[in-house]
Amino acid sequence: MLFAVFIPLLIACFIPYLSKFKDKIHTGIFVLFVPLAIFIYFLQFIGNNFAPFSHNYSWIPSLNISLDFYLDGLSLLFVLLISGIGTLVTLYSIFYLHKSERLGHFYVYLLMFMTAMLGVVLSDNVFVLYSFWELTSISSFLLIGYWHYRERSRYGALKSMLITVFGGLSMLGGFVLLTIITGSTSIQVMISQTDVILHSPYLPLIMALILLGAFTKSAQFPFHIWLPDAMEAPTPVSAYLHSATMVKAGIYLVARFSPIFTTYEWFFIIVSGIGIVTLVWGSYMAVRQTDLKGILAFSTISQLGMIMTMLGFGTKAAAFAAVFHILNHATFKGSLFMVAGIIDHETGSRDIRKLGGLMTFMPISATLALFGTFSMAGVPLPFLNGFYSKEMFFETSLHLNDATLLIAEIMRTGIPYLAVFGSIFTFVYSMYLFFGTFTGKNHIDELPKKPHEAPLGMLISPALLIIGVIIIGLIPNIVNESLLAHAAQAISGEEVHQHIAFWHGFKAPLFMSLIVVIVGSILYVLRNKWKNTYLLIPGKLSLNKAYNAILDGSEKYSRKITNSYMNGSIRRYIALIIVAILIVTFTTMFTTNGFTIKMDDLAEVTAAEILIAIVMVVAALGTVFARNNVAAILILGVVGYGLAVLFVFYRAPDLALTQLVVETITVALFLLCFYHLPNLRPRTESVKTKLVNATIAIGFGALMTMVAISAHSSKWFTTISDYFVENSHDLGGGDNIVNVILVDFRGIDTLFEIVVLGIAALAIYGMTKLRDDKGVE
Amino acid sequence: MTTINDLILRTTTILIAFILFGFSIYLFLAGHSAPGGGFIGGLMASAAIVLMYMAYGYETVRKIIPVDFRFLIPIGLGIAVLSSIGSFLFGQPFLSQTFAYFHLPILGEKELATALLFDLGVFLTVIGVTMTIILSIADDR
Repeated sequence: MLFAVFIPLLIACFIPYLSKFKDKIHTGIFVLFVPLAIFIYFLQFIGNNFAPFSHNYSWIPSLNISLDFYLDGLSLLFVLLISGIGTLVTLYSIFYLHKSERLGHFYVYLLMFMTAMLGVVLSDNVFVLYSFWELTSISSFLLIGYWHYRERSRYGALKSMLITVFGGLSMLGGFVLLTIITGSTSIQVMISQTDVILHSPYLPLIMALILLGAFTKSAQFPFHIWLPDAMEAPTPVSAYLHSATMVKAGIYLVARFSPIFTTYEWFFIIVSGIGIVTLVWGSYMAVRQTDLKGILAFSTISQLGMIMTMLGFGTKAAAFAAVFHILNHATFKGSLFMVAGIIDHETGSRDIRKLGGLMTFMPISATLALFGTFSMAGVPLPFLNGFYSKEMFFETSLHLNDATLLIAEIMRTGIPYLAVFGSIFTFVYSMYLFFGTFTGKNHIDELPKKPHEAPLGMLISPALLIIGVIIIGLIPNIVNESLLAHAAQAISGEEVHQHIAFWHGFKAPLFMSLIVVIVGSILYVLRNKWKNTYLLIPGKLSLNKAYNAILDGSEKYSRKITNSYMNGSIRRYIALIIVAILIVTFTTMFTTNGFTIKMDDLAEVTAAEILIAIVMVVAALGTVFARNNVAAILILGVVGYGLAVLFVFYRAPDLALTQLVVETITVALFLLCFYHLPNLRPRTESVKTKLVNATIAIGFGALMTMVAISAHSSKWFTTISDYFVENSHDLGGGDNIVNVILVDFRGIDTLFEIVVLGIAALAIYGMTKLRDDKGVE
Repeated sequence: MTTINDLILRTTTILIAFILFGFSIYLFLAGHSAPGGGFIGGLMASAAIVLMYMAYGYETVRKIIPVDFRFLIPIGLGIAVLSSIGSFLFGQPFLSQTFAYFHLPILGEKELATALLFDLGVFLTVIGVTMTIILSIADDR
């Protein structure tokens, strides 16, 4: 199974070489065999007595992450969809993409996506699943932006990336929490520990995070906004990623984890609630679109909402209906996208207002679209699979589990009505899609190309899918026990036996379907009368506006915030740094009771010391208030010499000597520099700034004083200076303890200090001598 | 710089510079046992050189002391590092110092420490650094 998952990626490595022959052989032909082989490989597992099994490959054993592939009914259904529709899409793309396109890029991305998607549905390890999940986001990003020279493509790619990665990351958070709670990274082990998870206090958080991942990927309300913009991708990509496979990754995730959450009532409320809202909103909005692919995008959103709603129900019948609809939707939606691509390809336009009356020009496409749209609408005919799953949806929505929470109870009664409401609009846009494109007046003169039927190769894939629609429609039980029952079992956790039949007798679902058809037909015919309702609502409520506002706003406000403190003024930065030190140090000292004052081991203070201290304080104040810079420097010198004198008093002759000489040199250098500078400008700051600066300065001074006093008052250990006093003669061979410490005991400090001096000197030399050098600039 | 008549300065400089040099060498040598050492000794020596520059001007002093002070920095650092590495030869850790007492011809019983070599490095570096800084800035007109 490892091979099956990674073979597309392996082949992708060779595509760049193969694409060099694209003038002779279309690169897609090489690619075609990859999904076909995978499809045939997995086909063998279909059967009534299929039992789940797993293959394990070691990857990062120390982190408990291994490539565990687990194949059960649900995975099998998805794997077959991915590889089967992958084959058809590749075949379609051979005829769709011209040889002048960058075919190598396209197929590398496509194969990358295929591996990612196979990995998502086969992984048993949550972190491996997450890795593949993000790979689908990345490859989808690359595919949407395939025509990167178009502004809309880049916008759509970025939008889908931001939204799906946002969801992916929150899903990772949910996985990490699950791993911590269950102590395992395997989904099957997690399912076996359902009780532990259900009793965890983090349960709502876990569920919310994982569902966020699923909802963003599967374009559920309000995260559906990326999908219509992703329609800028080439049509094979839209057909493959954005109708049949990737958008169902979120469905897969919910289905995969539903054995854990299904008894938790909020799972029903959130999943079914969001699902039904998506269903209604998507179908309502689809009628408004004028772009063929736009209609299909909103239609996909609404159909995904329907599947999501069924997954939230948590009953056996609903699980079965969900997997059945996954299969059905993949068949008719894939074919409809391909037909839309054909129309685009052969007429040069996707705008439904310009199209019309194409039936005579494109009879085969029209036939395919007829089956596809009618199946999507759920027209009650015994050879359309869409009707069966829609009927099952109505059926299951009427037989929900008993609810305890009030909100769940309200939803229980409301969902059937909303389902019918959403389905009416589904009917309307399906009819609009078909009749608007293929019947009525034709506007051939306005179209960029003269319409004609597509080449045969392009029609094969949609035709095969439509044949699938009809086969499932005629013999709905063909894959029931062998495939769908196993998939439903994986979702609901118990054996499912469901018989699919066209005729249920005169029962509620049938009447619901009839209402849909009748009201839908009336609404379609009268659509020009009520179209104005769209003008009332969406303009203000548009979620795209919200998305753009969030994006622009975050950029604008982060720039504002950054500019507010990064104003380029060093004064401001220093003030901020010192305030930060003040706050942090003060808080730390205060909370840890760090401020202590002990008076017991203080030395006597002599009059001379006080005198020098007073002189230094006065000089320091003088420096602050001096108006003339030379005066300020000279007064600063007084502080330095005062310090040297203090060193003498405290019996540090070496320090005193050094301080004396260094102070002299510093003052001389200061004078030299300031001689060339303009005089200090009289400060023009406002009183407020001055007060703030004074407060910060005094606060910092007070803090440092307190820290110094506290440090002196709390000596925890005896100093090590006794060691130096005792040993400097015997071990170091000198009587000047300071010097022995400098060159012997701690010589390495001195070594690097002279290095620092050397660097400083060379830097000054470089700055003064080399600045006119043109080469340096 | 030499246009004004500064005979007194020049004459006293002859005396004072030598005294300063002597003092700096004293500080350097005595550093191990009395206040002083390579750092302050180096500063004092550069003070003497600066005084000569002030009294006699750039060109004259360059003729008297034909040393590019920049090269004193690597030389000083080299001595310090080499003397530190030298302890490896005796299987000791980096920067191990030792000392011994020697009977020298004139001075009598004297203690010589390897730390003096290290201090020599400090001494030369400090001279190089101070002179490079001062001359670079002074030259920068």
